Amino acid sequence: MEFQDFIPIEIFCQEHGVEVSVISSFGEYGLLEISNYQEISCLCINQIENAEKLIRLYRELEINLQGIDVVTQLLDKIKKMQSEIVYLQNRLNLYEN
Amino acid sequence: MSFVDYYSVMGIQKEAKEDEIKKAYRKLARKLHPDLNPNDKEAQKKFQQLNEANEVLSDPEKRKKYDQYGEHWEQGEAYEKARQSQHRSPNEGRQQFAGGADSADFSDFFNSMFGNSGEQKHRQAKFRGQDFNADLVVTLNEAYITHSKTLKIQDKNVRITIPAGIENGQTIRLKGYGGKGANGGPDGDLLISFSIPNNAQFKRLGNDLYITVDLDLYTAVLGGEKTIETLSGKIKLKINPETQNGLKLRLKGKGFPVYKKENEFGDLFVTYHVQIPKNLTEKQQELFKELQKSAQ
Repeated sequence: MEFQDFIPIEIFCQEHGVEVSVISSFGEYGLLEISNYQEISCLCINQIENAEKLIRLYRELEINLQGIDVVTQLLDKIKKMQSEIVYLQNRLNLYEN
Repeated sequence: MSFVDYYSVMGIQKEAKEDEIKKAYRKLARKLHPDLNPNDKEAQKKFQQLNEANEVLSDPEKRKKYDQYGEHWEQGEAYEKARQSQHRSPNEGRQQFAGGADSADFSDFFNSMFGNSGEQKHRQAKFRGQDFNADLVVTLNEAYITHSKTLKIQDKNVRITIPAGIENGQTIRLKGYGGKGANGGPDGDLLISFSIPNNAQFKRLGNDLYITVDLDLYTAVLGGEKTIETLSGKIKLKINPETQNGLKLRLKGKGFPVYKKENEFGDLFVTYHVQIPKNLTEKQQELFKELQKSAQ
């Protein structure tokens, strides 16, 4: 990945008004992938959307890290089930007029 | 523009105290928050209403005005007077969730009664705008080839390219065509869900296509040729003698194009449906009887 594909955590936190420790704890908990680019802790751009979602869950709904972990796992399960439903609906269409 | 009953939106009584409002808000926000209800337009709408209701009911001044004129906002003068004397009130002790959405997206009723004070941001944090969802119906024939479509998105014409092989229920993301970002944050995305109904002739499952081909009895018994129409053109099929009704054959690579994989196709499954002749002449009946005797 190139330099422009990363944003230093410090800058990200300034922009979003959160403490660096919050993002670090997301990383330590395995909720977010934190990369090191030239010895600077960074977020890869494809992680930003996820990071913003985690911040909203943490700050707006006051869910702790364990809770966020459970929520994200359940949301992933829902996503998988939704794609399975679409597949099954498409399969059902084969037998319907 | 219609009256919005903020008390019923929050599920509380008119006499509810500040802490009851806060409690109701937190409970409903956890239920309706867009991050917990992805792709649920109804929940997103309710969440916006909830934010709006909280904006009013958690602010004593706004609540007073709402209680006083809310239901009769159409009865102009008093309401207008109240409107003109409005001033922005401090936001201390109130909470507003962005939920990845633009919290300024309030109802006409709110904007008329309280001006655009809802646009006031309670945090300076930058947030990405809300993702918008849209449905697009594409025919099976259209989905077979890469094609362009022009969509009207927020009064702007946007030309999108739909790659061949897109699936029914598949969603594509158009970056930056969603809601406006909050406090200078990036705009959200537009998520387009595709609906691709089967047509009368073909049914599709993944990259495979299914077709039923009618075969007259004589060709089924004696063999021959049959030309069928596929999405990529006509194909001539060789029919073996004594082809059974319901026989299924697989034509490799004659199905649907694989999404974003050039020159890769699924298969075409052909099922033969042998048709029994109707309105036989006497002569034909005699011949069938002869056949019957010879088979016994």
